[in-house]
Amino acid sequence: MIRFEPRGPVPVSRMLAVSVAAALAALMLAAIPMAFAGLSVFEAYGLMAKGAFGSLFAFTEMLTRATPLILTGLAAAVAFKAKLWNIGAEGQLYAGALAAVAVGTGLVSGPAYVLIPLVVLAGALAGGLVMLGPTLLKTRLGVDEVVTTLLLNFVILLFVQMMLEGPMQDPMGMGWPQSEPILDEAALPKLMARMRIHWGLIVALVAALGVWFLLKRTVWGFEIRAVGENAAAARHAGIPVTATFIRVGLLSGALAGLAGVGEVAGLKGYLTADLSPGFGYSGIVVAMLAGLSPVGVVLAALFIASIFVGADSMSRATGVSNYLADLIVAMALISVLVSGLFLRFKVRFVGGPAAKEAAE
Amino acid sequence: MTEILDILISANFWAAALRIATPLIFGVIGALVCERAGVLNLGIEGIFTAGAMAGWMAVWLGAGLWGGVLVAAMAGAFFGLIHAILTVPLGLSQHVSGIGVTLFATSLSYFIYRTALPDVSSPPRIEAFKPLDIPLLSDLPFIGPALFQQTALTFLALALVLATAYVLYRTPLGLAIRAVGDNPAAVESQGLSVYAIRIGTVVAGSAIMALGGAFLTMSAFDAFFFGMVNGRGWICIALTVFASWRPGKALIGALLFGAFDAFQVRLQTEVGSFIPGQVFLMMPYLLSIAALIVVARKADYPRALLVPYFRGQR
Amino acid sequence: MTGPAEEADIVLRLDGITKRFGALTANGDVSLDLSRGEILALLGENGAGKTTLMNILFGHYVADEGRVLVNGGGDALVELEPGSPHAALEAGIGMVHQHFTLAENLSALDNILLGTERLAALASSRAPARRKLEELMARSGLTVSLDTRISQLSVGEKQRVEILKALYRDARVLVLDEPTAVLTPQESETLFETLKKLAGDGLGIIFISHKLAEVIASSHRVAVLRGGRKVADLATAECDQRKLAELMVGHEIVETVRTPGSPGASLFVLKNVSAGDGRDALHSVDLDLKSGEILGIAGVSGNGQTTLARVISGLGAPTSGTAELEGTALRHTSARTMIDNGLARIPEDRHHDGIVGAMNVTENLAIETIRKPENQRFGLLRFAAMREKARQLIKAYDIRCQSEDSPARLLSGGNIQKIVLARTLEAEPKVVLAAQPSRGLDVGATYDVHQRLLAARARGAGVILISEDLDELMRLSDRIAVIHRGHLSAAEPTESLDRGTLGLRMAGHGGEEAA
Repeated sequence: MIRFEPRGPVPVSRMLAVSVAAALAALMLAAIPMAFAGLSVFEAYGLMAKGAFGSLFAFTEMLTRATPLILTGLAAAVAFKAKLWNIGAEGQLYAGALAAVAVGTGLVSGPAYVLIPLVVLAGALAGGLVMLGPTLLKTRLGVDEVVTTLLLNFVILLFVQMMLEGPMQDPMGMGWPQSEPILDEAALPKLMARMRIHWGLIVALVAALGVWFLLKRTVWGFEIRAVGENAAAARHAGIPVTATFIRVGLLSGALAGLAGVGEVAGLKGYLTADLSPGFGYSGIVVAMLAGLSPVGVVLAALFIASIFVGADSMSRATGVSNYLADLIVAMALISVLVSGLFLRFKVRFVGGPAAKEAAE
Repeated sequence: MTEILDILISANFWAAALRIATPLIFGVIGALVCERAGVLNLGIEGIFTAGAMAGWMAVWLGAGLWGGVLVAAMAGAFFGLIHAILTVPLGLSQHVSGIGVTLFATSLSYFIYRTALPDVSSPPRIEAFKPLDIPLLSDLPFIGPALFQQTALTFLALALVLATAYVLYRTPLGLAIRAVGDNPAAVESQGLSVYAIRIGTVVAGSAIMALGGAFLTMSAFDAFFFGMVNGRGWICIALTVFASWRPGKALIGALLFGAFDAFQVRLQTEVGSFIPGQVFLMMPYLLSIAALIVVARKADYPRALLVPYFRGQR
Repeated sequence: MTGPAEEADIVLRLDGITKRFGALTANGDVSLDLSRGEILALLGENGAGKTTLMNILFGHYVADEGRVLVNGGGDALVELEPGSPHAALEAGIGMVHQHFTLAENLSALDNILLGTERLAALASSRAPARRKLEELMARSGLTVSLDTRISQLSVGEKQRVEILKALYRDARVLVLDEPTAVLTPQESETLFETLKKLAGDGLGIIFISHKLAEVIASSHRVAVLRGGRKVADLATAECDQRKLAELMVGHEIVETVRTPGSPGASLFVLKNVSAGDGRDALHSVDLDLKSGEILGIAGVSGNGQTTLARVISGLGAPTSGTAELEGTALRHTSARTMIDNGLARIPEDRHHDGIVGAMNVTENLAIETIRKPENQRFGLLRFAAMREKARQLIKAYDIRCQSEDSPARLLSGGNIQKIVLARTLEAEPKVVLAAQPSRGLDVGATYDVHQRLLAARARGAGVILISEDLDELMRLSDRIAVIHRGHLSAAEPTESLDRGTLGLRMAGHGGEEAA
């Protein structure tokens, strides 16, 4: 029989240990499907490591992939902190990208220092507004936000497809469903010559710092934490619960929208309906792996990004499907959920002769 | 107007509605059963995918069609068991665990499919379920083609609705399931195991969900495609709320949904020239959200839904 | 009960039960016998280990040491499988928990039958079950409407369903945890009459209580627990209240004493307030709280107290009627406006509404004033000031915690209540709403709470005290009003009331209900 006993305050070191243990567990569990696919585990991980860290190019590619993951990870982390279950980062990302393209392809013209902030702002706003709907439905009518945000992902993707085949289609695009390219003045500059890494990474890192500061140091952050941990007590203590949810919803959606901005205005240059390979969903894994800590989100995003980039490279070398990466990411989520128990509880195995504190 | 009327009185339309509703019936019944025991199963989207892939692959590897259905159900039960263990004895967040199971089941299904079939350009096909030809009934005018020219899986879905209603409301097991979703302490105080009932129910419910996926690859189509589930699982979660957790209402909800979907597909051929196709494709999702909004105020959630139970902690 | 029990008559024996939770020893080497037909009172204050002991008996917990033995029907006592409620039920042990274990959305019959039939059975056979229950009800006098949903039943009826659950399973031992906590005095009397009748039929009964009067009146034998250990086990005839009180607490009890007050002008007034719906709705409630008084609100739980507390707390708007503070109407009330107007609220469920368990003591002490300049500047938190204030309050209110950085959930119930008291009373509020302020607290913590409320009264605040504990109400209140089915009676001076009158009014008989 297993028994859980509540623990005292959780030191940062133990939180870190739990996340690292979960990541390692996922990598170990992945050996099973790897063996199934006929891969040698060490060789596969060698190839993946090389693909993510083996060269300056590989490393910058990994950072480029981490950029949207940091932002969607933050989107999930800040929302989950308030127990607002925003599973719609994928759709909000597309909304942000769509707005960035709408503004950045000639709607307004001007120098870069005007256009870039405008594009970034438009994307954030679009993402935030998309999340505002489910948030208001939750606070006003009690509609569960999980299902509405999930369903909106599909609606928004279809809307993007509609725009790309209709009013926003690139007339020079030979009939492909893609948008016009973003103006040079509206594009996020590259960070390094001949590499794809762009200023979106800086935006993401600043956002992580900003969210950390918000949660730790401000009244709004205090209220977010209180609402998330016990909404009834927060309401009783006079904290504006509804307003807090709306703030969190807007912020969470805006962060996901920024991820979309980075992908179109920093990386691709134009919008297609396959812009995101599920960054919104991976963001949930990033956030959980990070224990919802904004700084942790950066680290977790780097880990997930190296899995994705490494698996791509490994897949090219061995012919094994890169769905392996998604599999590892999913297993990382489940592992971190289980290992999270060791954070909150001492797990005791009772009854047997080894009734010692197994988790200590 | 006459076009609309024409659509509504064609047997074809109603046959299509029932066909579209079938996977949803499996899905809603599965989700409803889990939630009646107090466990929200957001693994449903991935379980659909796993059922679709596993059932199809079993048949493709030489199993019979019913063998494939069984394999699909077992795949669903497997992922249901993971969700059940994470959420029932371990008491983890049902939301996050469900999303995790969906990601896991989906990526595992895709990985296995890709690994088994590394370089096929067009997906291989199987000999899928054929519409049954029931003597007499199938030949009835209108009703015959509308109701009785469906595949065996559709009839299985309808039978499951009846069976679920019977079990929930007429048997000691159903009483225990309803009680454990209302107040687990009541179940434990009567000497039953909360964990066993919840885990068993989630596993069974997940197996039922997976049949919805199997219907897609073994009846609606005859092959497996990436992204073919396309949010159907989430729609089922919305329909479960819409159905107030009652099997009969679940059937009605799924049929309404199927009818609406069949209707808009037909309407599209009438007016598709000046409305983009995506608008129609959005409809099921928007409709699901609308359904949630309609019932939100009066939704009578099972009282213990989302609440983990730990022994001796009341 | 005459003389020591015959060995053959023993239906239940606890033998050296020890149970530890971390450093805390909840039960230390407790042994206890129960005979056929005996009513044993298990007396102890909150936190003495009574409930833990009974949870071990019923298999919710496993004891670290010791055994539970039951008479399995024959002559010999056999050991009960630990940690299995199923085994306990099979052995004929029935338990009525303090918090009822009933599925609210199911009928009484469903709740009774739950778990009594094979789960694999293809159909439920209700007709014979119904016959057996009707016979049981007739014999014991415990009547309920079997087909009514639990959520539609009153507290007393729910308790009857709980007892019927045990009787339907032919229990030989019945355990009741604080059975009178939620009943009126008259209902309590009826309950004990029923229990005596059941004991007369051979049932062994243990009831857990911290109320001395009912222990003296209704038990054959009394076992006293203190600090997890059994400190006495004697025939009830040999004890009096004073002796039991000292055994229970370990020292002489200091009773809260209220000196006559000097009520001032009207402070907080509710006029014709209706709110909520269903069982807990309020109907045209009038209330007039004066400064410098404690106004008690008596009533059986579920009669509108929760809604009344919500309205006064600013959490639920009345559907009609007005609230006035010092003659000014309060409009658009929210928790925020109530706090800002100098209204302190002590919530009924302190764990659920009082604290954010994951946040630390400092944060929980600051939560109501987080937007005040003392705690923030330009939206940024002033940690140093918050922490300094917390240290001060921890000292002033004697909050026992490792440090001001400990998560609040790690504190005991009494200390959690002190956090709530500290943050609400520190600002010297004009009005204090205290809902069930001593529920679940031990004697010492209860005394603290009472002193704080009396101190608020002494400096001129008005206190509304909502409680189910008549003793507490009569000891503290200057005036008492009774709430029943959402109607609040006019408040009358405590001196003119007695327990019997209040009990009748709580049950809806007599007394004038305010129009």
